[in-house]
Amino acid sequence: MSSRSSLGGRLYRGETSVDFIGKRRRWYGISGLLIIASIGALSIQGLHLGIEFKGGSSYIVTKAGVSVADAQSAVTSVGITGETIIQKIGSQKVRIQTGAVTSAQSNAIQDALASKLGVSVDSIDTQIVGPSWGKEITRKALYGLFGFLLVVMLYLAMAFEPKMAIAAIVAVIHDVFITVGIYALVGFDVTPATVIGFLTILGYSLYDTVVVFDKVRENTRTITATSKSTYSQAANLAVNQTLVRSFNTSLIALLPVGSILFVGAGLLGAGTLKDLSLALFIGLATGTYSSIFIATPILAVLREREPAMQALAKRVGARSGASVVATQSSSIQGGATTAVKERRGPRNQPKRKGRK
Amino acid sequence: MSTTNKPIKTDARPGRTLAILAFVLFALLGAVFIQGATAVRLGLDLRGGTSVTLQPRIAPGENGKVSNEAIDQAVSIIRQRVNSLGVAESEVTAQGSGLNRQIVISVPGDTGRRVVELVGQTAELRFRQVLAETNGTPNPADTSTAATPVPGVAPDVNARYAKLDCSIAANRQGTGSDVATAPVVACSRTGGNKYILAPAEVLGREVSKASAGIDTQGGSAWYVSLVFNGEGTKAFGALTARVTSLASPRNQVAIVLDGLVVSAPRINEAIPSGNAQITGSFTQLEATDLANVLKYGALPLAFDRGEVQQISPTLGSDQLRAGLLAGALGLFLVLLYSLLYYRGLGLVTIGSLLIAGSLTYLLFLLLGKWIGFTLTLAGIAGAIVSIGITADSFIVYFERIRDEVREGRSLRSAVETGWTRARRTIIVADFVSIIASVLLYFFAVGGVRGFAFTLGLTTLVDLIVVFTFTKPIVTILAKLNFYSSGHVLSGLSGKSLGTISNAKEA
Repeated sequence: MSSRSSLGGRLYRGETSVDFIGKRRRWYGISGLLIIASIGALSIQGLHLGIEFKGGSSYIVTKAGVSVADAQSAVTSVGITGETIIQKIGSQKVRIQTGAVTSAQSNAIQDALASKLGVSVDSIDTQIVGPSWGKEITRKALYGLFGFLLVVMLYLAMAFEPKMAIAAIVAVIHDVFITVGIYALVGFDVTPATVIGFLTILGYSLYDTVVVFDKVRENTRTITATSKSTYSQAANLAVNQTLVRSFNTSLIALLPVGSILFVGAGLLGAGTLKDLSLALFIGLATGTYSSIFIATPILAVLREREPAMQALAKRVGARSGASVVATQSSSIQGGATTAVKERRGPRNQPKRKGRK
Repeated sequence: MSTTNKPIKTDARPGRTLAILAFVLFALLGAVFIQGATAVRLGLDLRGGTSVTLQPRIAPGENGKVSNEAIDQAVSIIRQRVNSLGVAESEVTAQGSGLNRQIVISVPGDTGRRVVELVGQTAELRFRQVLAETNGTPNPADTSTAATPVPGVAPDVNARYAKLDCSIAANRQGTGSDVATAPVVACSRTGGNKYILAPAEVLGREVSKASAGIDTQGGSAWYVSLVFNGEGTKAFGALTARVTSLASPRNQVAIVLDGLVVSAPRINEAIPSGNAQITGSFTQLEATDLANVLKYGALPLAFDRGEVQQISPTLGSDQLRAGLLAGALGLFLVLLYSLLYYRGLGLVTIGSLLIAGSLTYLLFLLLGKWIGFTLTLAGIAGAIVSIGITADSFIVYFERIRDEVREGRSLRSAVETGWTRARRTIIVADFVSIIASVLLYFFAVGGVRGFAFTLGLTTLVDLIVVFTFTKPIVTILAKLNFYSSGHVLSGLSGKSLGTISNAKEA
């Protein structure tokens, strides 16, 4: 434990430093591959939507020694055709999921289950979702996602700098793709609880990014005056300085989420707790990754395109001998080569005034 | 918005801030006792029950006719039906806004199928001739009503009429199952009277207008006027012409909504014009209510069952137990990690989380009383997740203090400089969390809403605790030798900061 603390000290003073920004192409490459894989998984396999989105019914019968075969025969006897999924949850529960049913059909299924499995109708946990309801839920979920991204972007643009907001949102969209990809790939159920967990994570991923960016802003406030380091170097130091903090905040956030996942999946089997915490768990991991490896490099690249930062990079290069130039050359050149066409655009010019 | 390097304003009175916090906690505790809010209200998924979400379905071509008031009317009809079940703490609420509102019905306990059937039916307004009317509660001593069957009515209807006791809530539930073409027995809405009614002759959809008005000349009496459409005019004209000369109670026409008699005015004359007035000793409220019933009870407003969820009490208590267990486990792990990593400062985390926990619990209790807040499984999950978010604020602050000490500040000044910097980060980050919860709250439906609510609430609590507890406590602790000398267990030792020399200066 204390070894990480002293590592924190070395990271803080820059004695130990990971070159997050200089090696950004590597991170971009990894993320690019993951995103392509996600899109592939999504288009080939698609998401496994829960009955809440497509309409259907679900019954859980709790009884010692209950068997899937009995439940199957009960459902068959009612004459429900189409997709039926019957699963055993733990040792005492069996869950039956069907496509959309009328309420008469649903009553018949309940009665059949009750008589075949020897339980009372009222003890069967039932959920029936109408098909139009599913559309409504889907619509709301999408509104929620876009509304959230929009509002948060506006807020961050006000609280920070517009470029920080762009970088943060790019990181968030990155998280969205990867999380959705994981869901498509593994085939986890997507329920409203998943969506809620997922939106929460977008908030959390931003929280992480906010912590890093706050330090970036502090470190870069006076760089043009002192000419000691380029924007990229200052930003990289900031990421390193907040590394321990990012690790700790993510771990601390992960501990309770992990407990919910453990208890939800282990004790209850399926349901709100599991769906929520699984989305949170996956999202937290990608969120932490993206705020360090994606958000800050993007921010640095965006800012390095500004003429003031270019000039600063030149001054820093001239001032501090060959060794510094060597370590930073990749980042400066990288920024310059990709940005050289756009940076003369009028949009970049006035913004730099009054903002450092 | 700007973090400056101005001389640090030291909060010289940490004790006062703590005292205010203590006062607030005691005030909330007092409120809990005064209000008698001793238990958190649990949602149906934690104690078992049935919830049904209804979505208004607008018949094709009737788009313009469905208004907010129509939905309000529908909600009140459903509420009346649900209340008639007599299950304590049943709830009927409308969620969302405008025409897109959903009606959420939740009834605790084992009522399952009954609730589902009860609320699914469409209410329709009908006009029926009254065949018999009497006091709603059968008088055991008076056998005359039972003994004298109403002539011209089938014996089974007579028998049902004799037995009907309108003082029983279940009989006033308004099933909406009355068949328009058959005679029925019905209670009045208040249960004061019961009726035998002829088959419906005029339907609610044949009313084109209804309004309450006041007759300024005739002694300021409230009345309701209604206008029928073409079909309605003909039917109502024929009905009134036929009954007006009959003996009471057969000269009355009952206005029946959802199987209950709302009003049964006597017909004074044949009304062939399609314009009718109902007069009586109405109060303003009664007249408006009746006008609303006539106006909106007529609408072709049906409901789709969006979602039906029935949770047995067994599953409910399992879920409650699992939620609490997950919370305890999560809290334990967070506390353990704080202690191992932050040593002495970890104690501050424990204290802060305890304060945050009690504040949240008190708010749960009070909000249950004040705004009907119920704790659902998703809500518990939100509260557990917030343990992490709350602890994160402390980490942001502690790491800042350590950074400042690494910069060579003394602990006492690091606590203050670190605070001004951490404060901003914490506010921005918590604000993002709050934006997220507010949006989630409005976009989510049903149970998962609870998650957004508790997450938002606990984030607010986090802000309060960080400002009024964590910071003042750290200021006080920084004066203690144990912390300021960088004791090896304080979490601020030179070794754990990786800056032996700096810590010695401090």
